[in-house]
Amino acid sequence: MCLGIPGQVVERYHEHGVLMGKIDFGGVRKAVCLEHVPEAVLGDYVLVHVGFALSRLDEAEAQRVFALLEELGQLEELMEKPSP
Amino acid sequence: MKFLDEYRDGPAATRIARAIGRIVTRPWTIMEVCGGQTHAIVRYGLDSLLPPEVELVHGPGCPVCVTPLETIDRAHTIANRPEVIFCSFGDMLRVPGSNGDLLRLKSQGCDVRVVYSPLDAVNLAGANPHRMVVFFAIGFETTAPANAMAAWMAKKRGLTNFSMLVSHVLVPPAIAAILEPPDNRVQAFIGPGHVCTVMGSGEYQSLAEKYRVPIVIAGFEPLDLLESILGAVEQLEVGRAEVENRYARAVREDGNPRSRQLIADVFEVCDRKWRGVGTIPRSGYRLRDEYRDHDTEHLFAVRDIETRESAVCISGDILRGLKKPHQCPAFGKQCTPHTPLGATMVSSEGACAAYHQYGKLEPLGIAAKVDPA
Ligand code: SF4
Repeated sequence: MCLGIPGQVVERYHEHGVLMGKIDFGGVRKAVCLEHVPEAVLGDYVLVHVGFALSRLDEAEAQRVFALLEELGQLEELMEKPSP
Repeated sequence: MKFLDEYRDGPAATRIARAIGRIVTRPWTIMEVCGGQTHAIVRYGLDSLLPPEVELVHGPGCPVCVTPLETIDRAHTIANRPEVIFCSFGDMLRVPGSNGDLLRLKSQGCDVRVVYSPLDAVNLAGANPHRMVVFFAIGFETTAPANAMAAWMAKKRGLTNFSMLVSHVLVPPAIAAILEPPDNRVQAFIGPGHVCTVMGSGEYQSLAEKYRVPIVIAGFEPLDLLESILGAVEQLEVGRAEVENRYARAVREDGNPRSRQLIADVFEVCDRKWRGVGTIPRSGYRLRDEYRDHDTEHLFAVRDIETRESAVCISGDILRGLKKPHQCPAFGKQCTPHTPLGATMVSSEGACAAYHQYGKLEPLGIAAKVDPA
């Protein structure tokens, strides 16, 4: 139910005085209310739930888990090396 | 798809699971609150990657599941009226009330429509001025901004033929209700990432302090969930109890202030009954008085409906993390996703339905565990 799907803003427009956007979800485009994420510009990714954008996705933060994985990988390599 | 596929990498998942195995020294019970996370955990078999010390139990975070039977019956009574166009999210369609589900009403000629967004229901009211459009507004804080926006727009556009049957629930009071009883087993929480995109991580601070539990806010993809379990185990092992945001690509500490403001303008906090659990004080939203004209309960006087739940169902214990679906004698027998007897089987995000769908008929297997490297 609390499903949030990331999609890319490809158009911004107003309807009934409300900020809307066309959002691309891997090829499928839908009209989404952008009223609460007005800072999202074309090309940005937003998290969408029931036709409503909840937040703009932060690219830098998105890398964090991969940095952690990198660390874990190095740790494992160290542990695999036989001690001298 | 960007921001999804890269978080579903199998070898990376195994690597995080191994890291959990390296640091764990004692048994820990961790609850994921959100039904979407339960579904992902069971679907990707994440629990079977974990070391035997870490047990995941599944929380009450499925709004479809916890909507009381009498509210469903009330919805059906209203959907039956000839002037009504009854709009609902798709996952509510098959939830049985005392006499069938919305799909059956539709086949009997009632005007029941599935909407992708509550704003679609508002537009439907604009396009059908001579019909009464009723939207079944359920959900957690994640859904509250969209539902609040629907009420706000209907009011602004003067659509007197649009109303909402509101059965909104809130996560923090449910967490407190799980932690309060002396028989509680849950020692840490995987926090509901999408709820927090709206409300922020700050809301969980006082819970972590008061009950001394780690709360690690997580996304919904396999790597997000495993990484957050790692965070929870790290905290438990050293005796920390903090709120940690591991879904920072979507969650800020103060959530979405615009959404919070709109919610506060449209809704007010009220006591709410949770199916399988009972009434939790101050655990829901209802429309404020200013939105009375858009409140279905105010517009349609529907008499109180008496319902009876199955006597064998243990969904209350499952929702509190005390039991697992396979411990229910009816699981997979009288009770299946097609013939659900209780809260946790009515939606694919309920623990019983998720276990049933992914064939988890046995207790969580210990055999398939990944050896800690
Ligand atoms: S299997 Fe059905 S009857 Fe048993 S606890 Fe789950 S929902 Fe209730």
